[in-house]
Amino acid sequence: MSGPADFGTGFWVVIGVMAVGALVTYAWRGLGVALSGRLNTASPLFVWVSCVAYALLTALVARMIVLPYGPLAETALLDRLLAAGVALGLFFATRCNILVGTLGGALVLVLLVWLRG
Amino acid sequence: MPRDTTPMPAGLIPAGEQSDGGRPRAAFRRGLREAVGAPALVLFASYLGFGALVRESDLGVLHGLFSTATGWALPGQVILVELYAAGAPLIAIAAAVALTNARLLPMTVALMPILRAGLWPRWLYYVAAHWVAVTGWAAALKACPRQPRSERLAYFLGFNATLWSATLTATAAGFWLAGSVPPLVSLGLVFLNPLYFMLVFAGDVPTRLRLYSLLLGALAGPAFHLLDPDYGLLLAGVVAGTAAFLLGRGHRPGASA
Repeated sequence: MSGPADFGTGFWVVIGVMAVGALVTYAWRGLGVALSGRLNTASPLFVWVSCVAYALLTALVARMIVLPYGPLAETALLDRLLAAGVALGLFFATRCNILVGTLGGALVLVLLVWLRG
Repeated sequence: MPRDTTPMPAGLIPAGEQSDGGRPRAAFRRGLREAVGAPALVLFASYLGFGALVRESDLGVLHGLFSTATGWALPGQVILVELYAAGAPLIAIAAAVALTNARLLPMTVALMPILRAGLWPRWLYYVAAHWVAVTGWAAALKACPRQPRSERLAYFLGFNATLWSATLTATAAGFWLAGSVPPLVSLGLVFLNPLYFMLVFAGDVPTRLRLYSLLLGALAGPAFHLLDPDYGLLLAGVVAGTAAFLLGRGHRPGASA
């Protein structure tokens, strides 16, 4: 929804949340400049951080496919899994072309939902 | 690597040719041009998905643009919008975004010594660091070491100027599309987000640690979400990531690091 209502308190609350997100994101970049050349990025701490970042993002991906919010929640789980499978298949069949895989998978989801009426 | 990083007075604006034969202005334009291609197209498609997600989460187009301009790292942006839409508390959102984006620290640490040149003031590197994100970072790591030092930062900034414009445009376009195409098609747009990340992982070099993190994370994501929708994602990341870390170390008894 767009319009003047967007510019009420709700609008600025969201901007505030996003500003916090931007701040914690930039903090890593700024710290990276300050510490560049003086930090062992192969240390166990960094290995652990990278494991957590990976796991967090796959957790999000799995949740978005298996238990999505919003309009995706009304689609069938089987359709979403099939679409994800086709995306992976296309990706490997095209020697890791992310664009083809992503667009193809999304298209398959649209087709499956359409076929179900 | 030789240290040719004699600091020069701040505010010095290099005009013509530098002592190492580099031409920063030309390098900036070259970066602008060379970013146009497959990586920018992939980013464009994934930010279309982000714009659509913003619309489907009942946020405004300005929110999407603000997030892309200031966050500038898609995983954290998607996590923020998803958790906010689900009503998670600010502390859970901030912690999940911070943990996901912690990889930006080692990335910046690795890139900065390559971009460093004596002619730029130090604060400029703190500004440039804002654009450290995986696409432009990988391109700079590949292209910059072959360039004269005085050209590298300019090239990096030019490259990211193109990517930034492309993603801002795509955010607005995705938002607009999600409201104008049939609901069926906007389903596909929103689904671009998980598909994109899934394929980024699928294309990664599968080290044992990453494989554990991916598998455990994929299992823990839905499970912990059912347990607690507010902190589930954060918990899933920390628990599955730590388990993967410990499992991976268990397999390398002789490893010292």
